[in-house]
Amino acid sequence: MEFVSYLVSGISLGSIYALIALGYTMVYGIAKMLNFAHGDIIMIGAYIIYTLSTTAGVPPVVSVLCSIVACAVMGVVIERVAYKPLRNASSLAVLITAIGVSYLLQNAALLIFGSDTKSFTSVITLPSITLFNGALHISGETIATIVVSLILMIALTLFINKTKPGRAMRAVSEDRGAAQLMGINVNATITLTFAIGSALAAVAGTLLCSAYPALSPTTGSMPGIKAFTAAVFGGIGSIPGAMLGGVLLGIIENLSKGYISTQLSDAIVFAVLILVLLIKPTGLLGKKISEKV
Amino acid sequence: MAMLEVKDLEVCYGVIRAVKGVSFSVEQGEIIALIGANGAGKTTILHTITGLIPAKSGSIVFEGKELTKTPAHKIVAMGMAHVPEGRRVFQQLTVLENLRLGAYTRKDKAEVRESLEKVYARFPRLEERKNQIAGTLSGGEQQMLAMGRALMSNPRIILMDEPSMGLSPLLVSEIFDIIRVISESGTTVLLVEQNAKKALAIADRAYVLETGTITLSGKASDLMHNPSVQKAYLGE
Repeated sequence: MEFVSYLVSGISLGSIYALIALGYTMVYGIAKMLNFAHGDIIMIGAYIIYTLSTTAGVPPVVSVLCSIVACAVMGVVIERVAYKPLRNASSLAVLITAIGVSYLLQNAALLIFGSDTKSFTSVITLPSITLFNGALHISGETIATIVVSLILMIALTLFINKTKPGRAMRAVSEDRGAAQLMGINVNATITLTFAIGSALAAVAGTLLCSAYPALSPTTGSMPGIKAFTAAVFGGIGSIPGAMLGGVLLGIIENLSKGYISTQLSDAIVFAVLILVLLIKPTGLLGKKISEKV
Repeated sequence: MAMLEVKDLEVCYGVIRAVKGVSFSVEQGEIIALIGANGAGKTTILHTITGLIPAKSGSIVFEGKELTKTPAHKIVAMGMAHVPEGRRVFQQLTVLENLRLGAYTRKDKAEVRESLEKVYARFPRLEERKNQIAGTLSGGEQQMLAMGRALMSNPRIILMDEPSMGLSPLLVSEIFDIIRVISESGTTVLLVEQNAKKALAIADRAYVLETGTITLSGKASDLMHNPSVQKAYLGE
């Protein structure tokens, strides 16, 4: 029963990684860049909820919605201000800019909220459930995380595969020039991608801080790196890959914590990533990209 | 006034002048061929017309509207479709998704359905394979898909870049027959080809391009009998 418990909480943690990884992988697929500031959006989103709910007494549902909208807008603004002028620059320049934006967000949070760790009040009020005569205990946060993530992932998959903007996103991701010939506005598509990715990050931040309630300016960086790892693990650019990679990463991390060592769990996670990439360099579901001549 | 008027067009890649002051015109209903060797600037000219590459100077006027300052994604809605070199169909999307993207800017669903029926009638193979991933099609089928996708925008002019490239002789003839049919149904065609013989056979007029400048132009039937064209491009 211990194993099932580790597994369920691993799936829950992994779902959060998956939500964040989706932002990484979508932006990579469509804008062809690694947005290393993506993890910090989580932190900003969590601070918005903290400020609204804890300080101003706004109901949790309202503050979560505000956080989602604010993060989506922030993602779009960051793209416009920092990345769009570099659309034709080298990928290294864009990467360094993304790292710069990441520090900017962290230091802005440091300036506004201070360095002390804030105690985040969970926005989830679901009761926990006990199964098998008390042998298995699952918290309300865990259940909510899994359910919310599942719904969002299904919704995103349908959006990408069944709608016109989703089709446009796949077209831009594959061939930007040909997409323009179809009449697709590439800049608008990139804007939409950043908005969706950042909104998902806001949800991930809410779920993360509800389960692990310590909030500081660096809250987003470790989950951000793990989610990036998950995206690479699943095959960067692939949406199902990010979902699979995220969930697997969470399970591996939690099982390592449970059975091997809490201190070593991160090392084990990254070791598994290296192993997978040695065997399959494109990640689990990544497609081989044929270089254009 | 000509439907498409290109005047003193100059295009540069960095310091290299790929197109050095090219002028030509396309009248409504014509098939115009741009022929020339590899690297003459044919593809560059088409890319500049549809906005994928910026022009250094000169003008491109389509039905009275200047295109050099128009963003690429606004061109197709103006009535101009471009079948790019190498087909560039969306490999990971299905045939039907590719065709629907061709009609991306069109709002009227009934009209789009009508265009789809027309494309299926012209290319029955595409209907048979509508749910297949485009990347799994053969080269000839991908060329048909690229042409069908362009027709989905219901264009008044269609720009075709090397449609015969990499195809078997039998398929090449089939593709040229289709171009003729497209033209007969009222769509103006600007055709870029290395296969000068085939291109001149269906074109009304043609321009010969050499390292970024037009060296010869005239009626396709005249150019076909021009000794220097025969020597350089027709292998006779």
